Amino acid sequence: MAEALLTVDHVKTYFDVTKGLFSKKQIVKAVDDVSFSIGEGETYGLVGESGCGKSTLGRTLVQIYPVTGGKIYYKGRDIDTLKKTDRKEFTREVQMIFQDPYASLNPRMTVGEIIKEPMEIHKILDTSQQREERAAELLKLVGLKPDHIRRYPHEFSGGQRQRISIARTLALNPRFIICDEPISALDVSIQAQIINLLKEIQSDLKISYLFVAHDLSMVNYISDRIGVMYLGHLVEEGTADQVYSSPLHPYTRALLSAVPIPDPDVAKARRKIHLEGELPTPLNPPAGCPFKGRCPSATEECGKVRPEMKDYGGHKVACFHAGPSH
Amino acid sequence: MALLDVKHLTVDFNTDQGVVHAVRDISFSVGESEAVGIVGESGSGKSVTMYSVMGLLAANGGIREGSVVFGGKEITEKAYPSRKAYQAEMSKIRGNEMSMIFQDPMTFLNPVVRIGKQITEVIKNHNKVSDAQAKEQAVALMGQVGIPSPHERFGQYPHEFSGGMRQRIIIAMALANSPRLIIADEPTTALDVTIQAQVLDLIKDMKEKMNSSVIMITHDLGVVASLCDRIIIMYGGKIVEAGDAREIFYQPRHPYTMGLLKCVHNPEKKDKLTPIPGSPPDLLKPPAGCPFVDRCSQAMRICKLRMPEAETYSETHTCSCWLEEAGKRKGENHG
Repeated sequence: MAEALLTVDHVKTYFDVTKGLFSKKQIVKAVDDVSFSIGEGETYGLVGESGCGKSTLGRTLVQIYPVTGGKIYYKGRDIDTLKKTDRKEFTREVQMIFQDPYASLNPRMTVGEIIKEPMEIHKILDTSQQREERAAELLKLVGLKPDHIRRYPHEFSGGQRQRISIARTLALNPRFIICDEPISALDVSIQAQIINLLKEIQSDLKISYLFVAHDLSMVNYISDRIGVMYLGHLVEEGTADQVYSSPLHPYTRALLSAVPIPDPDVAKARRKIHLEGELPTPLNPPAGCPFKGRCPSATEECGKVRPEMKDYGGHKVACFHAGPSH
Repeated sequence: MALLDVKHLTVDFNTDQGVVHAVRDISFSVGESEAVGIVGESGSGKSVTMYSVMGLLAANGGIREGSVVFGGKEITEKAYPSRKAYQAEMSKIRGNEMSMIFQDPMTFLNPVVRIGKQITEVIKNHNKVSDAQAKEQAVALMGQVGIPSPHERFGQYPHEFSGGMRQRIIIAMALANSPRLIIADEPTTALDVTIQAQVLDLIKDMKEKMNSSVIMITHDLGVVASLCDRIIIMYGGKIVEAGDAREIFYQPRHPYTMGLLKCVHNPEKKDKLTPIPGSPPDLLKPPAGCPFVDRCSQAMRICKLRMPEAETYSETHTCSCWLEEAGKRKGENHG
C-alpha cells in the first residue's frame, strides 16, 4: 500500500439525544472506535446497512460533525489542531460528493456560478474570466457541454446533476474525495456512467476516494479495499477480492448473499444466508459483539466482550468465530 | 385465459409544458399465478402502466386508447356509463382482487392511524365481518408476514415500525383479501440489501401460498432474476423486448436490454462496466422511430424514422428492433 494520505485512528462520533433537562443521558454511538487508513490514489469502500454509521463517519472526516474521541490524520497531521493555512489546504484538498444531486445544488445559481463559487472562496485563479474558462473546462471533463455553464440545475437530469457536483468538487484540485452514496439515487444505466467517470478521474488526477455505499457489487467494482461497518463498528476489512471472494465475518457473508444477482440460474442455485431481524438501535447498543443478536454462530463468549480486530495477512476481521482456522 | 390482458394501452398526461406521452401503445398479458417483471428506468412508463391498470392515474392523466381486461372484464373508464360507476367498480376490485405494494411505505401508511386499524380497514371494506373477526384476521396476517409479537404491535403507530417492518405491513394489507393479482411497484428500492432479500422472499412465499399472480415493477435486473418467470423491458413509453427470464438474461436481442445487462456489475463474472451513453428521451416530444435511437451504438437511418414492429422469436420472446430486420435481409441477399 502507498503511504497513507488519511488515517482514522480509533474515531468515535457520539450524538447526545437526551430529551429534557433531568432525564437520563442518552447517547447514540453512531461511530464507535473505528480505525483505518487510505493511501494515495486508493479507493476505500465503506459498506453497511443504513444506520451503521458509514455516512456519519464520512461526514466526521470533513468535520461536518465533531469527533467525540480518537484522531483523524491527514498527511500525517491531526486535523483538529491544524493552523490557519494548513486548515485552508485541508478544506480545499478534502472534498465531498453527496447522495442526492437534487438537494446538493443550489437551484438559484447557474451551473457556472456553482462551479466557480469554491474557486472564489479558495482564491484559485485570479480573474473571474479565468475561473469561467476553468469551469467550462471542468464541464467538458465530466462529460457535459461547456455552454451548459449558463443553465440552471433544474434543466438537467439526475445523472447530469451528479456530473455537475463532481465538476464542482474538482474545481479545487482535491486530493481526497468522500463519495457518500453518489449513485444510489440514479438509474442503473446512469450509475455505470458515473462510476466509470469517477474511475477515469482517479486514474488521470491520482485522487483518493472514500466510497460510502450500501450496494456491495458496485463497491466491489470500484474499490481497492473494503471496510464493512455494523452498528458503528468496523467488523471486517481487506482488499476488494478478499472481502468479496472469501468473507470472514458472518455479517459480511450474509450481506453478500443478500445482493441480488442479475443471472437467473446463479440466483436460483445459490444458498442464501437469512439474517433474522434488523439492525439494532445504536442507542445503548448491546455489550459484546454488536452482531450477536442476528448472528447464526453466536456463542456465550460473544455476549461478554467485543471481539478485537485481528489481522490475517491484510485481511482483518473482528469476530471470535472467524479467521482462516475456522 | 390470461388474468390480465392489456392491449394497445396509450396514456397521456397534460402538463404546463405540453402533453407527455408516457405510455405509447403497449400490449402484454399476465397469466394465472405467473410472476412478471416490468423493467425500465425512471420515465420509461413502467409505473404509469400499472397505475392506469389500477385506475389510479393522477387527475391530469388519462388512458387515451387501448383496453385493460382483468379476469375477463374490461376495466377502463370507457367501458362504464359514468365516471362514478367506473370508480365504484374499481374500488370493489382494488384491495380485493387486485392490490398494490408501493415503493415508500411511509407515504402510503397514515401516520396518525394505528397499524391495526389500517389493516382491518382493508378487510372490512370488502368483507362483511365483525370487528373481532377482522382483528383476528389482521393479527394472523401480521404474523404471516413476519411481524414479531403481532398482538402487541397491532395497536402501534407507523412511526414505531422500522422501514422493513413497514413494508411488511404494506404487504400484509395487500394480501389481506387474497388478491388474484399483486402489483409491486419497486417494493424494495427504499430498503437495505439484507431487508430487501427478506421482503423479496416474503413476496415469493406469499405468492406461492395464495397462488396469486405478481407484477414486479423495478429498475433492478437483479431483483427480477430470481423472482420472475417472464420479463418485460420498457423504454421511452414502449415495450422494447419481452421474454421469459432465461431468454432476457441469456439471449437478449434488443441493444437496450444488452446495454442494461452490461451496466450492472455481476460479481460472479468480473466484467468491466459498459455504461449506456446519453439519457432517456423527452416524452413531451417522443421520437417518431425507436425511442432508444439516440443512445444506441448500432442505430441506422431507419431507426430514427419508424418504430420497428415486434418480431417473435419464441412463444414468449418478442423484440422490437430494426437490427433484426436488417440482419434478416442481409442473410437473404447473401443466401
